[in-house]
Amino acid sequence: MNELDQLYQQVILDHSKRRIGSPLVEPETGHRHGESHQHNPICGDQIRVRVELEGEQFTAMSWEGDGCSISMASASVLSEMLPELTREQFLDKLDLFREMMRSKGTMTPDEEVLEDAVAFAGVSKFPARVKCAMLAWVAAEVAMLEAA
Amino acid sequence: MTGQTEAAEALTANEVARIKADFEILEHQVNGADMVYLDSGATSQKPRCVYEAEQHYYENANAAVHRGAHTLAVEATDIFEQGRETVAKFIGAKTNELVWTSNATEALNLISYSMSNASLGRGGDAAARFRLGPGDEILTTELEHHANLIPWQELAFRTGATLRYVPIAEDGSLRYDLIDSLVTERTKLVAFTHVSNVLGTITDTRRFVDAARRVGALTVLDGCQSVPHLPVDVKALDVDFMAFSGHKMLGPTGIGGLYGREELLNAMPPFLTGGSMITVVDMEHAEYLPAPQRFEAGTQRISQVHGLATAASYLDEIGMQRIADWEEHLGALLYEGLSALEGVRVFGPVDAKRIGTVPFEVIGVHPHDVGQFLDSRGIAVRVGHHCAQPLHRALGVTATTRASTYLYNTEDDVKALIEAVASVREYFGV
Ligand SMILES: Cc1ncc(COP(=O)(O)O)c(C=O)c1O
Repeated sequence: MNELDQLYQQVILDHSKRRIGSPLVEPETGHRHGESHQHNPICGDQIRVRVELEGEQFTAMSWEGDGCSISMASASVLSEMLPELTREQFLDKLDLFREMMRSKGTMTPDEEVLEDAVAFAGVSKFPARVKCAMLAWVAAEVAMLEAA
Repeated sequence: MTGQTEAAEALTANEVARIKADFEILEHQVNGADMVYLDSGATSQKPRCVYEAEQHYYENANAAVHRGAHTLAVEATDIFEQGRETVAKFIGAKTNELVWTSNATEALNLISYSMSNASLGRGGDAAARFRLGPGDEILTTELEHHANLIPWQELAFRTGATLRYVPIAEDGSLRYDLIDSLVTERTKLVAFTHVSNVLGTITDTRRFVDAARRVGALTVLDGCQSVPHLPVDVKALDVDFMAFSGHKMLGPTGIGGLYGREELLNAMPPFLTGGSMITVVDMEHAEYLPAPQRFEAGTQRISQVHGLATAASYLDEIGMQRIADWEEHLGALLYEGLSALEGVRVFGPVDAKRIGTVPFEVIGVHPHDVGQFLDSRGIAVRVGHHCAQPLHRALGVTATTRASTYLYNTEDDVKALIEAVASVREYFGV
């Protein structure tokens, strides 16, 4: 696979069109929720992420955004993963995802932990696109902290 | 300008190939493909003679200018002032009407801050026409680069003046029909671009200048995208100030210029102050040198000036009119070629005069992804808002993909781009 195809894995192209978790939904009453709006000033990409928690457990993530296929797919993949996770599990995955993004293509990611998000491994070879992949994750983290 | 009088002959493909060979970097491969550089609107590549001039300066003449009497200092000062003469001539200005700055952004801020200083009373009565206050207006346009917008927003905040703008129509053309009603007795400054860095369209500057003259307002032209690509004569344009950047016209980074009419520059209070811009200093006061030195505080960018002057001579030798004609040709090929593709939308008015700059959208594919795809084929374009968010908002998009040419681009470069853009949608499955 050439580098471009590694970047634009089929999973990413599919998710960028399906946009799981978009648009935003109103939080269920009784659930703690938080929201974050993140911007990539370089390209103007932006995303608004809303998360809901019951105790330590995420119950939902929804989002609205405008951006490239990498940033939209990343939000979609995360929306699918997040409702299965506790705060701690999410933070572990976030650490690993961030480490993978900073690896410049040198890291073989653990598929057990990152699930579908391993598809973004190819992004790490393109430093200019790392922010795109990180945008939803960063927004989810800020939203989670706000919900606390 | 010598190049232009004998410039009847159009640039030929052979000549462009020879020009291209002066640019080492364009011979490189990118991602296994021949480099196709279509991002000169952001910054141009440099011919060998430019960085060799800088190297020559460091090897033979490096010293601080206008300071000290040793031989090197004299040589450095000569090179520095010779560079000013060359570049001033290149834009049709008198030598002492060209102030060196880091880039166009700094040149525009220089005017903005000098006017604030005048508004605080600095410069006395001689600086009265630079004063702004509540009730006064600054006029700009909706298609400006942020560098020709934010300094005026800030100036308005600092002085209480009001910022207004000439809007654009749906196709991105300026609403010239509104200028006469927007320029009133309250208007003190009219700032507008000569060429849009996004759309590549050339402004009918006369419309702005005439309206400003009618009410005695100052005019500021953003020449960032015109000085590199068109013959520019500030006297013929009849503007009061013009800002431009060296790095977009084959010169080094870190050097740009501000043209100002002599009597204006000499009446305007300085922005940056310190060494090299004074005559007599005591502990309470300082007196300032006339322009251009009064605006050149601190140790200057000497090798960059030398590089830029070398670039201006290089352009002049080829002839700016010939370069403009070649780029108009490439621009038309781009505009027509991209417009003809299914699923591609080209921005900007159909019938406008433009340089070789064309922004477009591949429907259903984000510009960032378009740029990445093109990069994988060795093609460099700019994606994003190109420092013109209000313009993009008016066009109803957040980002575009922009191809921009220069004298070293060939018809093959344009063909390579169009061919690649044609396969973008298939790749992304839309
Ligand atoms: C029209 C226009 N104005 C101003 C600027 C600012 O130039 P610089 O960043 O060199 O100061 C640019 C370049 O980006 C431009 O294209």
